[in-house]
Amino acid sequence: MNIQFRESQEAASPLTVKTAIADCDIHPARATRTELYPYLAKRWQHHLEIYGVHAYQGMMEGPPYPKAQPNASRRDAYPPEGGPQGSSLSFMQKQLLDPNNVQLGVLNPLNTGQGIRNHELSAALCSAINDWQIDKWTSKDKRLKASIVVGNEDGLSAAAEIRERAGDKNFVQVLLLSRNVEPLGQRRYWPIYQAAEEAGLPVGVHAFGFGGNPITPSGWPSYYIEEMVGHSQCQQSALASLVLEGVFERFPKLKIVMIEAGFGWAPSLAWRLDKVWQRLRSEVPHVKRLPSEYIREQVWWTTQPMEDPERREDLFDVINWIGWDRLLFATDYPHWDYDEPSRVLPAGVSEANREAFYLGNAKKLYGIS
Amino acid sequence: MARHVIASVDELPPGTRKFLEIEGRPIAVFNIKGEYFGLMNRCPHQGAALCEGPLIGLAQSKEPGEIEYTKLGEIIRCPWHGWEFDIRTGQSYCDPRRFRVKAYPAHVEPGASVVKGPYVAETIPVSVESDYVVVEL
Repeated sequence: MNIQFRESQEAASPLTVKTAIADCDIHPARATRTELYPYLAKRWQHHLEIYGVHAYQGMMEGPPYPKAQPNASRRDAYPPEGGPQGSSLSFMQKQLLDPNNVQLGVLNPLNTGQGIRNHELSAALCSAINDWQIDKWTSKDKRLKASIVVGNEDGLSAAAEIRERAGDKNFVQVLLLSRNVEPLGQRRYWPIYQAAEEAGLPVGVHAFGFGGNPITPSGWPSYYIEEMVGHSQCQQSALASLVLEGVFERFPKLKIVMIEAGFGWAPSLAWRLDKVWQRLRSEVPHVKRLPSEYIREQVWWTTQPMEDPERREDLFDVINWIGWDRLLFATDYPHWDYDEPSRVLPAGVSEANREAFYLGNAKKLYGIS
Repeated sequence: MARHVIASVDELPPGTRKFLEIEGRPIAVFNIKGEYFGLMNRCPHQGAALCEGPLIGLAQSKEPGEIEYTKLGEIIRCPWHGWEFDIRTGQSYCDPRRFRVKAYPAHVEPGASVVKGPYVAETIPVSVESDYVVVEL
């Protein structure tokens, strides 16, 4: 006669993936506004208090968040001890790393020192973020690896930061954002690619940024949903620029990771580039091979957000073109468009491809044994 | 269909919700202005704890420029991806054909009838003087 029930102590835990996975896009956050101060010279602490930061982007003082959820994050990702989502290591372990058996988690901090007009301040903030990543995250959990954040608009100081961190096992890639002052293939950014190539580090290009240009090529849109799809347009421009300015030709060992902008558009962009290159190659004689060849050899793609076509065969067609060896699984934790590892890949994938997708490709790319 | 006493009415005032596990299923029961609704606490999309999300209204538009905002406090928004479901029915508005959350009828029974059964709860002391929220599973 008795009915069994018990009060749930917390949210039902999600289904877990039993095998180990890599999560190639995790966003750590600062718990407080001044959390970086221990890593900043007094000169810059005072500068921030007196002048604040000036970005290329307008309206930075108005919050770019919330976006769809507070802080663009899962509503269940507030740490119990307070602070914004993504600011607690112990809660990240409990909510993301442990239940999903994450063996490698790549940190991509946003809202850092990138896109700031004062290049010295930008470099100081980026360096502080990198120290903070070691202190607060990677030294405390060996599963986590950091991305080197660089003052992207000043290629020389960015390259210096990369060289300073090169060889440090806390770092596995260099992080750029897709919205910069100029398209990413331009010369001002080349010192970054040169230093990354020398260090053997992939360069991640994460959607977003504060370059000051509109979110879409046709201007500022009305809705956040337009911004969401605008990321892939922006990433396409960035990739076309990298190919056509000759970055891949100049730096043949450079590896680019396209983060959080989808990948369904990759084949069509490559096909369009190939077609026009055959007609207009004399304009860009430094591009010596079909654009698609550079893209397929030197570009990797994180999965979140995966396109979700009605017929899963369509998704497989795209992946088959890109290569099952080029996709890196990512959740985008703690952001609201998080992908649940156990639900993201449709049925019908071979065991080898599944392993590569969830873990193998990332370990190989990031040099994790 | 088994019926489960899940709370006394005092324990679940308007605007609150209660999370439970009944027969291994995660369930949430809501009190919306004195009406009670039960929902499976799992989003059919990717499995988030659906009922942890905010209760909002339903924004609809007959044509661009006209927005109707109705069902205030009756739409649950998933904490992860923002998918919206009607807590009265579990219906999704973005894809009602493929995605629906299981809804469980909930209502109030007087203590006298609860004590007589067939409802029994292990952890709630039940008396005839009070009213209880009962969910059908």
